[in-house]
Amino acid sequence: MRLLSQLAIGEHATISAIEAEESLYHRLSALGFRVGKPLSLIRRANFNGPLHVRLGTTDVILRDTEAARIHVQSDLQASQ
Amino acid sequence: MKRIALLGMPNTGKSTLFNRISGASARVGNWPGITVDLMSAKVLLGGHIAELVDLPGIYDLHGFSEDEQVVRHFLANNTLDLAIVLLNSSQIDRQLSLLLQIKKLNIPMVLALNMSDEAKKAGISIDIDQLAKSLNMPVLQISAKYGEGLPKALQAAAAVINQAQAASDPARISLALEEDQKIEKEMESLLAHYVHIPSTLSDSNTDKIDKILLHKWLGLPLFFLAMYALFQFIFAAGKPLQDALAWALQLLRSGVLEPLFAGSPSWLSGLMLDGIYNGVATVAAFVPIIVLFFLVMSMVEDSGYLSRAAFLMDALMAKMGLDGRGFVMMLMGFGCNVPALMGTRMMRSRPMRLLTMLVIPLSLCSARLQVFIFMITALFTASQAPLVLFALYLMSFVTMFLTALLFQGQFKNKEPFILELPPYRFPTLRQIVLRGWLEVKHFLQRASKFIVIGVVLVWALTNFPSNVAPASAGTYAGQLGALFAPVLDPLGINNQLAIALIFGFVAKEIVVGALAVIYGLQGDALMVQMASQIDWVQAMSFMLFALIYTPCLSTIATLRSESKSLGFMWLSLGWSLGLAWLVSFVFYQSARALGF
Repeated sequence: MRLLSQLAIGEHATISAIEAEESLYHRLSALGFRVGKPLSLIRRANFNGPLHVRLGTTDVILRDTEAARIHVQSDLQASQ
Repeated sequence: MKRIALLGMPNTGKSTLFNRISGASARVGNWPGITVDLMSAKVLLGGHIAELVDLPGIYDLHGFSEDEQVVRHFLANNTLDLAIVLLNSSQIDRQLSLLLQIKKLNIPMVLALNMSDEAKKAGISIDIDQLAKSLNMPVLQISAKYGEGLPKALQAAAAVINQAQAASDPARISLALEEDQKIEKEMESLLAHYVHIPSTLSDSNTDKIDKILLHKWLGLPLFFLAMYALFQFIFAAGKPLQDALAWALQLLRSGVLEPLFAGSPSWLSGLMLDGIYNGVATVAAFVPIIVLFFLVMSMVEDSGYLSRAAFLMDALMAKMGLDGRGFVMMLMGFGCNVPALMGTRMMRSRPMRLLTMLVIPLSLCSARLQVFIFMITALFTASQAPLVLFALYLMSFVTMFLTALLFQGQFKNKEPFILELPPYRFPTLRQIVLRGWLEVKHFLQRASKFIVIGVVLVWALTNFPSNVAPASAGTYAGQLGALFAPVLDPLGINNQLAIALIFGFVAKEIVVGALAVIYGLQGDALMVQMASQIDWVQAMSFMLFALIYTPCLSTIATLRSESKSLGFMWLSLGWSLGLAWLVSFVFYQSARALGF
């Protein structure tokens, strides 16, 4: 189990769990963060800036602190 | 093998509980009836090996979000020997509905109540035994986080399994959920026939542009370069337009208005020509700049680049307790503080919103820009002008950052920063022109009211009492300036400039108009006169003060109405006045000390 914040740039993964309080959970799910959804990390801004994540047709930017609430399985692991 | 499902609302600690029970054995797997993968784990329970499945958290068994459909499909396609429903004790009033919905499906159940310590703190007490009796199922208090009560809960679950109750019947559940399934089918068919959704982002151009504009090292320099180029463009294109408008306005005055008022008493022609017309004409000459400014601003905004700016700037902004969106609003503030302040409404965290609102009035808005362009044109050469202006913009940023850094402790933010990044779009000409037009209209409506009142007020102050020379030290304006002299002299701000500043309090648009009336001149003649009276150090000190000392009355009014706090308005006012004085004082005294 890894966190979205720990993904390498260009890596593909699947969301396995979201640990968030109600308001954050709603925000995340409104933007397409759901358990079972595939995503990829496009880039990361300098100086520990936000992450640029692609979920299907949506591009989202979010900070490390929020990304650390999202557990992912990298796609290699998931297909085993 | 027995099958157990873990059900509950989102954020009840369901995943934490699942991880605690499953340990490291969890794996992702496929299930009949659903397309997404679910986590499951093999656990030993009451002598049986059971498969524990973590179903997505849902609010409503009959809802239609993706997760809610997944849970329904799972239940209608897979038999269950037990459902462990996890509820948050402190929100039991809202979460009990889900339990009752699941209970209707005739699945053997255990209710686990999480976070009971939190509920206790909130004064919520739950009669576990009676609740269990009434629900006809075991009810247990646990702490998913610390594992308290977990062995007991697992014992209860094992007991239910060992009772060998009938497992759930997918066919009957499917029947019970028939209504929901009908709606799902209809939704699906409508979407399939009339809606096309690409499975991945098809816009490869956006990707290519992002590779450059969001580049690790090139992104920020490109961003500032773009901003600088845009400002350069605004002035390069604005200058000829400005000159043409000023020429036309002068023609109107000498050709029409002066002959018209030739026969009227001198106070009336003074009021009309030197008061109203002089002021309005001087300020109106700056309209082209504002038009251009908002044309460019709306172009940047509509193209999707502003969200990229938020991405690039967030690391820096986070250090100041703000976020990338705050930066976007700060940029908007460079057009006009008022809409920028109103735009902070999109922030849900009040502390961060207030902090952003404290910072925005320090951004160099288009009204202040008029004052600076006038002063710079009067006192600096054409080659120095862009540099001076850039320095003022830089100073604006510095004061904003300083303010945020100093006040971030008072306004602590807890809101997450999650933004959608839209694909790049070509803004249509119509959009750009419409936005530019609306902003200019708004500006003129707001400005003209302030200008007419303000400039006439200045004219009256500089022309009365009528027994002294206009705009001399003997007028009311001169007396007012003298009153503030002890405070403003150390900044190199003379009486005339002080009067202009007093009126800049009403609106920055008035400042140049006020100077025109104070000196009784306008356009080039006014510039020549000012250049002969003050040097560049004084001009710079004046501009720094005008940049920081206070936003216009409209901004102050907006600050009050948006923050709904008179105290916050005064804090903002007091802080900017104090900071302005300090910055000008330091600049003026050090420049003089260095021999300039």
